[in-house]
Amino acid sequence: MSASGSQQGMTPAPKPEQQSPWAEAEGRLSRALRELGQTSWVVTILAVVVALVVGAVLILAANRDVQASLSYFFAQPTAFLETSFQVLREAYSALFRGAVFDWQAPSAERAIRPLTETMVYSVPLILAGLGIAIGFRSGMLNIGGQGQIILGATSAGFLGYALSMPVGLHVLLALAGGILGGAIWGGIAGVLKARTGANEVIVTIMLNNIAIYLLAWLLQQQWYKQTGSNQPLSSSVDESAQLFSLLGSGFRLHAGFLIAILATLGVWWLLERSTLGFEFRAIGENPEAARTAGINVPKATALVLVIAGGLAGLGGAAHVLGTEYRLAGGVAGTLGFDAITVALLGRSRPLGTFLAGLLLGGLRAGGVLMQAQTGTPIDIVLVLQAVIVLMIAAPPLVRAIFFLPHADGRPRLRRRSARRKARSTDSAAPVQERALQTSGAPNAESPGTMTPGTTTPGTQPPSTNTQEPGK
Amino acid sequence: MSDQTVSPAAVQAEPLKQSTTGVRPISWKYPITYAVLAALAVLFAITLPAGARTHFRLSSGGDFFEIPLVELPSRPAGWILALILVGLAGLAIWQASQRVRTRLWLPLLFGVLFVLAFLVWAGADRGAVIPLVTMLTGALALSVPLIFGAMCGLVGERSGVINIAIEAQLLAGAFLAAVAASVFTSAYMGLVFAPVAGALVGALLVFFSVKYQVNQIIVGVVLNVLIIGLTGFLFSTALTQNPELWNARQQLPRLPIPGLSQIPIIGPVLFNQTILVYLMYLIVGVLNVFLFRSRWGLRTRAVGEHPKAADTVGIKVNRMRVYNVILAGGIAGLGGAFFTIGQGLAFGKEMSAGAGFIALAAMILGRWHPIGALLAALLFGFSTSLGNTLATIGTPVPSEALLMLPYVITIFAVAGFVGRVRPPAANGTPYVK
Amino acid sequence: MKLELRGVTKRFGSFTANDRISLTVEPGEIHALLGENGAGKSTLMNTIYGLYSPDEGEILLDDREVSFNGPGDAVAAGIGMVHQHFMLIPVFTVTESVALGYEPTRAAGLMDMAQARAKVLEISARFGFDVDPDARIEDLPVGAQQRVEIIKALSRDAKVLILDEPTAVLTPQETDELITIMGQLRDSGTSIVFITHKLREVRAVADRITVIRRGAVVGETSPQSTETELAGLMVGREVNLTTLKEPANPQEVSFEVRGLTVLSSTDKVVVDDVDFSMRRGEILVIAGVDGNGQSELAQTILGIRTPVAGSILLDDKDLAPLSVKQRLAAGLGFVPEDRSTDGVIGAFTITENYVLDMYDRPPYAGGPGNVALRLPVMREAAQTQAERFDVRMGSVDDPISTLSGGNQQKVVLAREMSRDLRLFVASQPTRGLDVGSIEFVHRTIIEERDKGTPCLIVSTELDEALNLADRIAVMYRGKIVGIVPASTSRDVLGLMMAGVPADEAQAQAATHQTVMAEADEQAEAEENQ
Repeated sequence: MSASGSQQGMTPAPKPEQQSPWAEAEGRLSRALRELGQTSWVVTILAVVVALVVGAVLILAANRDVQASLSYFFAQPTAFLETSFQVLREAYSALFRGAVFDWQAPSAERAIRPLTETMVYSVPLILAGLGIAIGFRSGMLNIGGQGQIILGATSAGFLGYALSMPVGLHVLLALAGGILGGAIWGGIAGVLKARTGANEVIVTIMLNNIAIYLLAWLLQQQWYKQTGSNQPLSSSVDESAQLFSLLGSGFRLHAGFLIAILATLGVWWLLERSTLGFEFRAIGENPEAARTAGINVPKATALVLVIAGGLAGLGGAAHVLGTEYRLAGGVAGTLGFDAITVALLGRSRPLGTFLAGLLLGGLRAGGVLMQAQTGTPIDIVLVLQAVIVLMIAAPPLVRAIFFLPHADGRPRLRRRSARRKARSTDSAAPVQERALQTSGAPNAESPGTMTPGTTTPGTQPPSTNTQEPGK
Repeated sequence: MSDQTVSPAAVQAEPLKQSTTGVRPISWKYPITYAVLAALAVLFAITLPAGARTHFRLSSGGDFFEIPLVELPSRPAGWILALILVGLAGLAIWQASQRVRTRLWLPLLFGVLFVLAFLVWAGADRGAVIPLVTMLTGALALSVPLIFGAMCGLVGERSGVINIAIEAQLLAGAFLAAVAASVFTSAYMGLVFAPVAGALVGALLVFFSVKYQVNQIIVGVVLNVLIIGLTGFLFSTALTQNPELWNARQQLPRLPIPGLSQIPIIGPVLFNQTILVYLMYLIVGVLNVFLFRSRWGLRTRAVGEHPKAADTVGIKVNRMRVYNVILAGGIAGLGGAFFTIGQGLAFGKEMSAGAGFIALAAMILGRWHPIGALLAALLFGFSTSLGNTLATIGTPVPSEALLMLPYVITIFAVAGFVGRVRPPAANGTPYVK
Repeated sequence: MKLELRGVTKRFGSFTANDRISLTVEPGEIHALLGENGAGKSTLMNTIYGLYSPDEGEILLDDREVSFNGPGDAVAAGIGMVHQHFMLIPVFTVTESVALGYEPTRAAGLMDMAQARAKVLEISARFGFDVDPDARIEDLPVGAQQRVEIIKALSRDAKVLILDEPTAVLTPQETDELITIMGQLRDSGTSIVFITHKLREVRAVADRITVIRRGAVVGETSPQSTETELAGLMVGREVNLTTLKEPANPQEVSFEVRGLTVLSSTDKVVVDDVDFSMRRGEILVIAGVDGNGQSELAQTILGIRTPVAGSILLDDKDLAPLSVKQRLAAGLGFVPEDRSTDGVIGAFTITENYVLDMYDRPPYAGGPGNVALRLPVMREAAQTQAERFDVRMGSVDDPISTLSGGNQQKVVLAREMSRDLRLFVASQPTRGLDVGSIEFVHRTIIEERDKGTPCLIVSTELDEALNLADRIAVMYRGKIVGIVPASTSRDVLGLMMAGVPADEAQAQAATHQTVMAEADEQAEAEENQ
């Protein structure tokens, strides 16, 4: 029986003409090989390399010495190269020393401190990144990490300085408050999506901005910030509510990192081993089929964003209770968007997200030292981050840049059409990879789910593929 | 073949109009909203102290006609406005119960009167003058980048590409406009380069989302980060090291249109503007006609609704999308120019401050229609301007509440409160043969 | 115009969709391309239409070789195509749809709507179509949409017209009209390629028939061949076109639908006061043209749509308060209409798809409150059932999207029939399947019936309805027009599908026989000789 059904295109599946014949013709071995070729690791490393090269160009362009040496480039080309090399070595070595190990440090303690700094920066990134990753796996693009982190920080911080309580209890209560704050913020988007079909991308973007103004307003209210000053800054979190230090006073590393590890394990179990996670993945891959199979899609949808928001809120709470201690308007920085990067980089896998969080935390920590020592503005970290994600999202581009053979081993001639087909049969490739591609929802079957605007639940959103004339 | 095939045709030819035994339920959302707002206006009127006065300034500084301050007795004015609003709300309720479609003038008039009622209340006995024209000018100024951004988003999404990177395009436009204007010491050179910056961001968007089919929302989010990082980096290095060369302020001159600019109140607001604002009028007008009545518009919409159908009639779907998104990027770039050369400011870090997202919101609230998006952007601009005014004259309403308003309204809109918003069907879906 | 293909080959990776296909369509000829689902007919036509480029072989028009770089070139060369899934934009008007891609314009690229409109009216008049040029596509019935597609092709002066499964969405009487139109076109010199898998139509319409199987031409015959011959060619072995089944042995009534009314998302009535009841051990087929409320009826029984009035009773228990999950637990087996969107999750493994509606209860879930999945148990059950249902697969850990449509459907059936059923509902259970899989599905359903389960089957294929049903209910615009025995003639069913009540349909059919029914009678007479 060959390619039945799909070949004919009787079923309104997305690109049926190519999907089935391909998938069938493919032996397991070749599929395994292709997966290997598309393995995230190779692409991830190469993406980082591309990002560092782009960063290098920027650093050089902005450096005065390099500019100066360029002016007499034709007279002394080596001077230019030498200066460039020097500048880059300084910058990137500062980045490394700030993130991992500082061999120039006066003491052993100071030498390993950078790594712990990386861990400190990574705590909120990992926690919020896990939240975003759960969303991706469940077919939801939660852009609202920022708002959820802000709400988490806002509630945790307030509970942290406004109450006086015994040591252990206080920190737990503050953390719980942070989770609740984030969960409510995520839950708004979740409930609206579940009940009215409101597109979560739009709602979460809007909620981010609302959160910013909400915090700005709160920081003008005496009852909230509990300080006498006019500064938009809250009072400090009580010691009883602070996350305890893991390595003593010389280090900033706090118990939040343990929470991040636990959360990673918890999210793994949730997604891979629990019935709830099965529901999440099912609605992520194909909400229609999930609904037909009796899964309560609205409930699961709302729950996904509640949990995602809770994780981001926990990240915000850990950030305030472990690192910042005070609330200011910019307490969340760019954490929310960095968390999206983390989830993408980690391919929405819990372990991957954890590692990606460390990588980005490292870039942050290193960026601080790089700015201090070489005057390279820390904004460059944003550029590196963006380039890494773009590269990872487009593996064919990375392969093209490095002249790698195409993943499916076919000759690079007719690459274009080959790539297309490879994609449409990509069902065997990791879920996340496909989550990056196509219509946003991992299920290409219902592109409507990702369009902003309203699609009432219970109706098929108008979509090109499921065109049914006459309805 | 026989002639026997005639009879059933009669049955089938009749168009498929659905029988409506179960009638669509009356939507009470709008009437209730009107009623609540009217009640609020009544509340304003009740709480106004007797003898209080509200002052409005109807002219801006260098006006042709100098209109004196308008002083209103707050209480009677408040009551008159409240009663009219109650009447309008009653009309809306009656129309809903009779299933009469409400015309557009009703919400517009209602909105204007409600704002007036609010201002009368907020400005009563504050000792401060409410600068109406300044407020409207500010509203338009705040709307300009939003309108450009919304038009950009609209062109992209009508052809099936979601653009979350409007923010990046505005920022890039602002940046390059400032730099080009500074380097060439001519604001008009900034105007030439700003669209280039926006278009480049648009080109990146389509490069990844059309050529590599990366999820469009993700590319958009990442491009925002990229441009914030890039402009921030360059600002902290070159622009700060040598501001005279790279970041000197340049301003587009105002070009008052003779005659029109002398109309009281709206004249100075609408027609004493820079070429950038006139360009904006032109772009909205042209889009409104061309999107629905030109070959380009028909094809653009086809590509956004059903790319495969467009392909089968020989339209190059992806090429169309690429051109449109780049073109749209140019429009957004112009909008970005308003932040710098439009207002005579130097470039500052992250100076677009979320305008791109409000532009996105305006496009959705305007239901992917140029005029709708224009009105929504004006509404958002106005609410921000109102917020700023209130912050200066000091009212019980926190200005943050008004600054939040665009976002809150948008959430209501996508949650279906403002009726079903229907995006282009293939929006966000890459087209692969 | 004469269309000739020489050795056209199209591959997708290592899969050869079209293998050295050669065929000639003479001017003014209706040439049928017959093949079962998946034989490669659509691929071939998409190649001719410029959507794919052939890997080998050539296409000739009037003996000149052509090569197309997209559909635009094909249209310019005089080829028109009416796709099986119409290529119309729902929010466009008829005029806009016809003009798209070939817009008459005035200055500055603005459209000349008057001219575009005139063109629509002119072609409509020429063929006696009744189409309003200002109507929106989404408001038109399917038959009218198809006519818009034909107008579209003709407005570009198509000399070769490809019709891809054009009758799939039509009633027999509408099919008749289409046949008339095809005749008119042929007489005006247009060559027509008529793609179908329906043997009866081919014999009634075609001047010549090319049969393809597994991507290759297996024969060219005349319409004089018998259905059995054609079926043999198409499938490659002896086929029984009718599934043998014992007569039904209906027992007590166990499932009832009373006064059921359902609204669509836009508040239109899609199921209108529907009443019927079913006995244990019988198959009731709901027939009708697609989009007349059958899908919504099935979805309401499952519980993913909420009715505004009426009740659904299974074993005297009202299903209304039950969720989908509870209904499935109460013994409902459900095979959805669209396998790839509703039936399976493509990226999930076969195992995961097998437990898709049972993952949260023992034995597949365990721990307190059944929170944890028990992967080994799931896997083993999937393995056993897959073998029982003869699913051709590598491993149960493979994504289900690696299976063919037929095998995916078997997994769905295995899943739904692994429970003790009190009611079995299937929508279009064989849509898009090849003959072998269709036979398997039909046998499985009949077995389920013989176990005493009432089986409700929604089918738009009249052949399937006649083959499978013990009784047939015909739906039209949300109402059940009538419930008739399975022995009812096609013409009567066809009229009922257009809304004519059963007795009236009987009377009309007796006096106005359709072309196809005539052909049937003739064929029967021939075979009896």
